[in-house]
Order: sequence, then structure tokens, then C-alpha cells
Amino acid sequence: MDTSDIDRTLNRIAFELWEHNRGAETFAFIGIRRRGVSIANRLSRKLQEFTGVRIPVGALDITLYRDDLSEIASHPVLKKTEIPFPIKGTKIYLCDDVLYTGRTIRAALDGINDLGRPEAIRLVVLIDRGHRELPIQPDYTGRNITTTKNERVEVLLEEDDGIDQAFITGGA
Amino acid sequence: MELRCKNLLSIADLVPAEITHILDTAASMKEVSERDIKKVPTLRGKTVINLFFEPSTRTRTSFEIAGKRLSADVVNISAGSSSVVKGETLRDTGENLQAMHPDLIVIRHSCAGAPKILADALPAAIINAGDGAHEHPTQALLDAFTMRERKGALAGLKVAIIGDITHSRVARSNIFLLTMMGAQVCVSGPQTMVPRFIESLGVTFIPSIIDAVRDVDVIMMLRIQLERQSQSLFPTIREYSRFFGLTRAVLSHARPDVLVMHPGPVNRGIEMSADVMDGPKSIILEQVTNGVAVRMALMYLLIGK
Repeated sequence: MDTSDIDRTLNRIAFELWEHNRGAETFAFIGIRRRGVSIANRLSRKLQEFTGVRIPVGALDITLYRDDLSEIASHPVLKKTEIPFPIKGTKIYLCDDVLYTGRTIRAALDGINDLGRPEAIRLVVLIDRGHRELPIQPDYTGRNITTTKNERVEVLLEEDDGIDQAFITGGA
Repeated sequence: MELRCKNLLSIADLVPAEITHILDTAASMKEVSERDIKKVPTLRGKTVINLFFEPSTRTRTSFEIAGKRLSADVVNISAGSSSVVKGETLRDTGENLQAMHPDLIVIRHSCAGAPKILADALPAAIINAGDGAHEHPTQALLDAFTMRERKGALAGLKVAIIGDITHSRVARSNIFLLTMMGAQVCVSGPQTMVPRFIESLGVTFIPSIIDAVRDVDVIMMLRIQLERQSQSLFPTIREYSRFFGLTRAVLSHARPDVLVMHPGPVNRGIEMSADVMDGPKSIILEQVTNGVAVRMALMYLLIGK
């Protein structure tokens, strides 16, 4: 996927979101650090362009909720969780770049629940690559792709990496 | 990035990149303490033992709260209620605790080097929470965190440390840390309480408190440690207070944006007057708040995996 593919995909998701929420403005985006935050910001910006309504964006760091801290070689660098709105009673659109095993989302759900009881949580991902290890499914998917487990799906975004790109590497 | 050592025994063992990494991690940890539910599951199933051979309110509570906010199980042992009073050696106490498989032992002891003895003997991670007049590394880290949060950076900062430098582990750890990070440190206090050759640590000695505070960003007052006072290093408490106490009059010679710090507990009215302590320049309670975040960061980095 290149810049225009990613942009078109996010436009479509933003319209879908708006269609499902018309009239109700008590929703918010939470992006999972790092690239989920960029996706959440883009969706919020698009909704503002289309509708003039500004939807707040929060950033969630899931490091403290990971279930694999003891298995990875080095400590992930801890970043701040910054959620500038009350979670309680809000409908949350949780955003991430790639959905894979579902464990990141499990950690994020625990993290959000520790901050308050949202009205609902919906999951938005740019790419769903399959191979779930937990019963978690996205509500809004940019693109479904078929991968093998030894491939890697890389998403690069302008804000974090200086370029918009999504591609598959590795594999047999 | 990883810390190179399983223990935190002294600031002198760290390198600047590690200090920055610890402070950055603490900045992220601080948010957890501001939530309604102040707890994350990161250290679930880990055991932390607080082994305190000296009295402490702040440091012990701070470690306990830090551990609990990360979901570790925290056990507190104080010398008075332990087998130490029956004559057990430090090493034996340590090995018996180790037999119960703790992940981290936090130790405070009146003898310099006690944490090193445990660290060499035991596989558990060890944090030095103050050993005699040697070091108090977590205090220096939380002081640095507080200065960095308030002033933006440590490099170039001017800091005056005032009081009983000789007996102060807080002063030593702070001098090591601040000079390593590029701050300028001066010390002041009675000549009897400032070691000879203090300049070899890269700091300057200024005999008068008024000259010492004149152009600094931070004034760090130290507690007069009456419990470590075997000899008379000053004639009377009153005289000490008159010459080296931080009062509003002394503070009037300092810069308007100066910050006043103290590691606690404060001898109110001796090293610092009550109006300064409660005044707008004092950030003593911020130091305490930040202490929890810094200790959470250390626990995460030392035993978080």
C-alpha cells in the first residue's frame, strides 16, 4: 500500500464511522502507541474535514500490560499514556496499524478498563493479517491480507517514519 | 535499551545514557499514579522485599507503593522486628530471604557496602536504599527527575548542596549524578562537615551560604543527621541554624526562580525555616511524589521481565 491507498482506506473508514455515529458525538479515538496514534489522529482530522466535528484522540502505551515481558529479549521503551477525555461512558474507537495475534488488543482492553468503564470499545485496524491467538475481531478493517506466520507486515507512516507505506517482508 | 547491571548499588556505577533512560521511564510511570485506579499488572507474580535496618518513612513507603502500583507482592522487614536482634548476620539474613525466592531486595543499612554484600551473595536484584554515608542512588535519581521536570535539562544547571556533606549519602549520590550529567555543583556547610579535597569530585566549596545560593537554579538543603553525630562538629544547633539555615533572608540573595529541595525528613527550623519550607519555592513534596515514579521505573527496568 502506498500513500494514496492508505489515504483512501482511512477515508472509507472515517465515513463508515461517521455513518454509524451520526447524531452521537460522545465517541473518541484511542491509538495504541506508536502507529495506532497516528492512525487515530488521521481519522480524527478527516472527520473534522468532512463534518466540522472534532473527535478527541488519546494515546495508550500497552507496555505495562503485555503478557510477554518475560519472553522478549530487551525491555520495550515505555512511553506515556495520554488520554485527555474521560473514558467513563464514552464510546471508544481503538486504533492500531496491524492486527495479528490479538494480544496487543487484549493488553489495550485491560489498559482502557483500568482508566474507566467505557460505553463500548470498537476496534479499527489498517491491516488484518490473520493468525489470531485470542477471540478478538476488528469492527473496521482497512485491508485483509493473507500471510504466513514467518512473514512480517510492516506499516510505515509519515508521522513516525517519514513515509506512508505498507508491505510484507520475509517469509519462505 | 537495557541497564547493564541487575542491581542499583550506586550512581557511580551508571553511565549518563542509563540515567536518562531511567528518568524517561519514570516520566511515563508518573501517569499511573495520577489515575483513578493506580495499578498496572506489569510485575504480577514478582516479590519485592523491603529490608530496612534503619528507620524510614518516605523511602520505605515509596518503594512499597511503587511495587504495589506495579502489582508486585511487597514484604516489609525492619531490623527491630527481625532476627537481626537475635544476632543473625546480614549474609545469613539475605540467604534465608533468598530461599523464599524474592525477585528484588531493597536494602537500607547503616554500614556502607551492605547492599554490595547482598548483591554479591544473592541472585535477586538489589537496590540500595541508603547505605551509611556511602550512597542513596534512588534519592539522587528522584532529585534529578524533579529538577529535569522543572528546569527542562540537567546539563548546565547550577546546584548548591548545603549542610553536612561529609555524612550525607544524598550529597554523594547527587554530586556523582549531577556532575556526570553536566550540571555545576557547589557545596556549602561548616568546614568540619565538608570533606577535605571535595574539589576532587568536581564540585566547588563555598564557605558562606549566601555566596553559595546567589546564582544557582536549585538549592538542595541536607538534614543535620543528629544520629550520625558522634563528635561535636558545630557548637550548638542554634549556631548551625544561624549560619547555615535557609531562611527567607538568605533566600532573598538567590535568584527569583530558584527551587528549594530537601531529601527529608526536615528538621523544621534548623536547616530550613518553616516559611521557606512551606513557601512557593519549595518543591519538597514534589520530590516525594516523583520518588514513587522513579522507583516504579527502576523496578520495571530491573525485574520487569
